[in-house]
Amino acid sequence: MKITKDEVAYVAHLARLSFGEAEIETFTSQLNDILLYMEKLSAVDTAGIPPMTHAIVRKNAFRDDTVQASLSADAALANAPDRRGDFFRVPRVIE
Amino acid sequence: MELYERTIHELQRLLRDGETTAVEICRSVFARIEAVEPRVHAYIALMREPAMAAAAAADEAIRRGDPPPLAGIPIALKDIYCTKGFPTTCGSRILQNFVPPYDAAVVEKLRAAGAVFTGKTNMDEFAMGSSTENSAFGVTRNPWDLDRIPGGSSGGSAAAVAADLCIASLGSDTGGSIRQPASLCGVVGMKPTYGRVSRFGLIAFASSLDQIGPFTKDVEDCAILMNAIAGYDPRESTSVPEEVPDYRGFLGRGIEGWTVGIPREYFVAGIDPEVLACVRGAIRVVESLGARCVDVSLPHTEHCLSVYYIIAPAEASSNLARYDGVKYGYRAEGAADLLEMYKKSRSEGFGPEVKRRIMLGTYALSSGYYDAYYKKASQVRALVRNDFDEVFRSCDALLTPTTPTPAFRIGEKTADPLQMYLSDICTISANMAGIPGISVPCGYSSEGLPIGVQFLAGHFAEGKLLQIAAAFEKGANIPRRKPKL
Repeated sequence: MKITKDEVAYVAHLARLSFGEAEIETFTSQLNDILLYMEKLSAVDTAGIPPMTHAIVRKNAFRDDTVQASLSADAALANAPDRRGDFFRVPRVIE
Repeated sequence: MELYERTIHELQRLLRDGETTAVEICRSVFARIEAVEPRVHAYIALMREPAMAAAAAADEAIRRGDPPPLAGIPIALKDIYCTKGFPTTCGSRILQNFVPPYDAAVVEKLRAAGAVFTGKTNMDEFAMGSSTENSAFGVTRNPWDLDRIPGGSSGGSAAAVAADLCIASLGSDTGGSIRQPASLCGVVGMKPTYGRVSRFGLIAFASSLDQIGPFTKDVEDCAILMNAIAGYDPRESTSVPEEVPDYRGFLGRGIEGWTVGIPREYFVAGIDPEVLACVRGAIRVVESLGARCVDVSLPHTEHCLSVYYIIAPAEASSNLARYDGVKYGYRAEGAADLLEMYKKSRSEGFGPEVKRRIMLGTYALSSGYYDAYYKKASQVRALVRNDFDEVFRSCDALLTPTTPTPAFRIGEKTADPLQMYLSDICTISANMAGIPGISVPCGYSSEGLPIGVQFLAGHFAEGKLLQIAAAFEKGANIPRRKPKL
């Protein structure tokens, strides 16, 4: 076993997902298959190879720090599931 | 021949010579959509009204004598690009009611070029999949056999071009999501170099791999669309300020004296014999055009799938953290607190494959596993890129199958994610290395299903790719078949 049911449940919490018992079973079995397949990567000699993060090497893309046009508050809030005035409304977080 | 069957360059000539109008072309395409779309289901949403208005505006520009380059050409957009004021779902329930406040860069560019948008095409949810079966809005069927998948994740865009439900379309390619469906639907599909086309307004899946590209009926049309969408965009920090050549200028040049590498790792067990026969035929065509085909090796090919299914889900798990039910998208009702709201919204909004990849990616990035998975994969990725750098020292291009098999049946691989992932085996290496690739039709199976050949070239060598693809298309002279619908 590469990954247990408990680990799957813990990773689900980290990913902010919730699953029923049957889904946990399915994911555990499928993730095990996938992780087992990936096992062979450990056989590749990568000593001294720097990890590759970008396909095309570019330095940081900066621009001048000047004010530019941006979305209006109304446009930015137009898709909000819940809104009060110029704010996104969420369930209470402070008691 | 009906207008909807035409290519971009044919329609441009007809419009220029006054033999048709943009409105007539638009009507023809929508009549075709009405007749065929219910069986294919290439679209999530149609844009008939705005399309007719855009067509009328194109005719006006033509009358004035200053039409932009794509005036009156009906083009379909994968539902992964933000379209200002028009719903953009990414194939997901979580974005079902999302209406973007701005256009993606490619949408802006095509709009400015006078294109007429026909609608938003179906796709695997968040571009995660190889069959378009993971859409929250139903499956798309392969126009060549309605019981088969069109490929994915840009299956709707490929099927729409194959079935003449648009003249050309745009897709996105993270591990083969343009080239694989192009191959399975018998059309041309190109993934440009990473950084060549701005992804501003493209909904992100795996940011170090995603790239936008065209689906077209022939190679010339591919060059025309590349001219329209390529180029630097200061709003996209991975966009590269490299000069964009006139891609049409590469067509018709031939490949006399070229060296074309045949990577032996792509011709191994698991490739369907009919695909193999077709691709071997393509090698003979390329040789007959004066190129030298040589055996080459990309030794880390066997690891590409593992590397991809660590890196792409890892990046996806981070990119998709933004879907939290707060700023936009689906929010579940009745959550007692914020944490429960996040969990309920995401669990109800995402489909099974997206959840599987978020889980895989979160696991690969989690404390204690990062070195074994993500870091290791990123190192092997560097070795994959080095393999390509090495062969492109001596080769102008590479030739491989695009997919290991022709289109498989709907439902055939949904129960086994690993089997589904294996259908990307020939395409993901290009995304690893960031190089461009193109799939061009090279024949048909005994059951009449299209088969594609893939050409790969070095960074920013899209011109060379179009050059060899155009030479091959002409030299192979495969009769232009249409699916019977």
